[in-house]
Amino acid sequence: MAGSLADPKRHTDIRMNNALFSVLLFAGSLLAGLLGALTGLGGGVVIIPLLTIVFGVDIRYAIGASLIAVIACSSGSAGAYVRDGFSNIRIGLLLEIATCLGALGGAALATRMPAAGLAILFGCVLLFSALAPSQKETGTSAAPCKPNSFGARWGLNGTYPEPNATQGCIRYNVQRVPLGFGIMGVAGLLSGMLGIGSGAVKVMALDLAMGLPFKVSTTTSNFMIGVTAAASAGVYLHRGYIDPALVMPVMLGTVAGSLGGARLLIKANSDSLRKLFRVVIFALGVEMIYSGIRGRI
Amino acid sequence: MAEIKTDALEITMGKLLRVGVIVCCGIMTAGAILFLWRHGGEAALHTGFTGEPAMLRSVTGVVRLALDGSAAGIIQLAALAMIATPVARVAFSVLGFARLKDWRFVGVSLVVLALLGAGLFGRG
Repeated sequence: MAGSLADPKRHTDIRMNNALFSVLLFAGSLLAGLLGALTGLGGGVVIIPLLTIVFGVDIRYAIGASLIAVIACSSGSAGAYVRDGFSNIRIGLLLEIATCLGALGGAALATRMPAAGLAILFGCVLLFSALAPSQKETGTSAAPCKPNSFGARWGLNGTYPEPNATQGCIRYNVQRVPLGFGIMGVAGLLSGMLGIGSGAVKVMALDLAMGLPFKVSTTTSNFMIGVTAAASAGVYLHRGYIDPALVMPVMLGTVAGSLGGARLLIKANSDSLRKLFRVVIFALGVEMIYSGIRGRI
Repeated sequence: MAEIKTDALEITMGKLLRVGVIVCCGIMTAGAILFLWRHGGEAALHTGFTGEPAMLRSVTGVVRLALDGSAAGIIQLAALAMIATPVARVAFSVLGFARLKDWRFVGVSLVVLALLGAGLFGRG
C-alpha cells in the first residue's frame, strides 16, 4: 500500500546526502518549534506539512517523527508550569484516561487508513487551527462558577498563582467534567491519528467546557500532551513509523526552536506573528488537502 | 477535601520531566554525531514507506542495537527514552498519590499507566 501512494518521480530529482538532509530538516524544525512556541499553536502542525510537502517524506514517517518532537516540547515546558503551580495535575491525570483511549484508537485507525486520507484529515485540522479563535481572543474564563459535587469529591478544584490577587492566588471550580472528558477523547483521537499535540482541542475542553481559567487550561493541556502522544508513539514504534534519520533532526530542531521561542516570547509582537502564522497554516492546509485528493501524498 | 496539598508532588514531577528531556536530548545528540560521522555522506533515501527494520521496532531490539554502538540504535533509544519520560511521570504519580493516601487518584494513575503500557508493549 505504501509504494502506490508516493510518487517516486517526485523525489528522485533531489539527491541529498544524510548530512545535508539532517541540517535542512534541523533548520526547518527549529523554525517550526520557534513559531509554534511564539504563537502558542505548537510545532506539530507545521512539522508534518514541512516533512511531507517540502521534503517529500511519507506522511506516516512524518507522524512518527512529529510525535516524538511533540512529547519533547510538551515535557520540557510542562516541567516549568507544573513546578510553578499552574497546571492542575488531578484534572490532567483524570482526563488523560480519555486522551490515551482516544490516542490508542487513533493510532489503530491511522495504520489502517490510506496516506491520502490522513493528508486530507490533516489539512482539515490545519484549516480549523487557522480559523479557530485564538486563545487570547476568546477570554471566556469569566466569573468562577459554583463548585459541583463531583469536582469537590475528587479534589479537582484548585488555585493558581496570581500576584495581583488578594491572597496571591485565584481559586477556581470545575464544571461539566463528562463533556470535557468526551472532548478530550476526540483530542486524543486526532493526536493519535495525525501525530500532533492537538493542544487547541484540549484547551477547548478545559476552558470552554469545564470552565477553567485560561492560564490553567493552557498549562494543563500542555501537561497532558506528552502522555497523550506517548500512548500512540508506542504503537507507531511497533509499526515501524519511527525513523531514526528523521526523528533526530526533527526532535533536536523543535526542542531548540521552542526553547528559543519561549525566551523571545516576552519581546516579540505575538499578535501580528500569530496572524502571519494563521495565513501560513491555512495555505499548508489547502495544499495538504489538494495533495491528498490528487494522491500525491 | 476541596483542596489537597500536591505542591511537593508537583515540584518532583516538574523536575522529573525536565531531567527526562535533557537526558533524551543528550542521547539524541550523541546518536546524531555518530550518525553524521559514519553515514553523513550516504544518500538520504526518504521516498515511499517501507517501515523500519524489526530491530528498530521493539524495545529489546533498540536497546540491543544501542549497546552495540549502532547510530540508528542510539537515536532510537533516545526516542524511546522520550516516550518513557511521560510514562515515568505517570508511574511517579501512582507513588505520589499513594503517599497522599488519595486512592482515587492512585487508581486513575494506574489506569493511565495501563493504557500507556498497552501502547508501548501491546501488539498495536
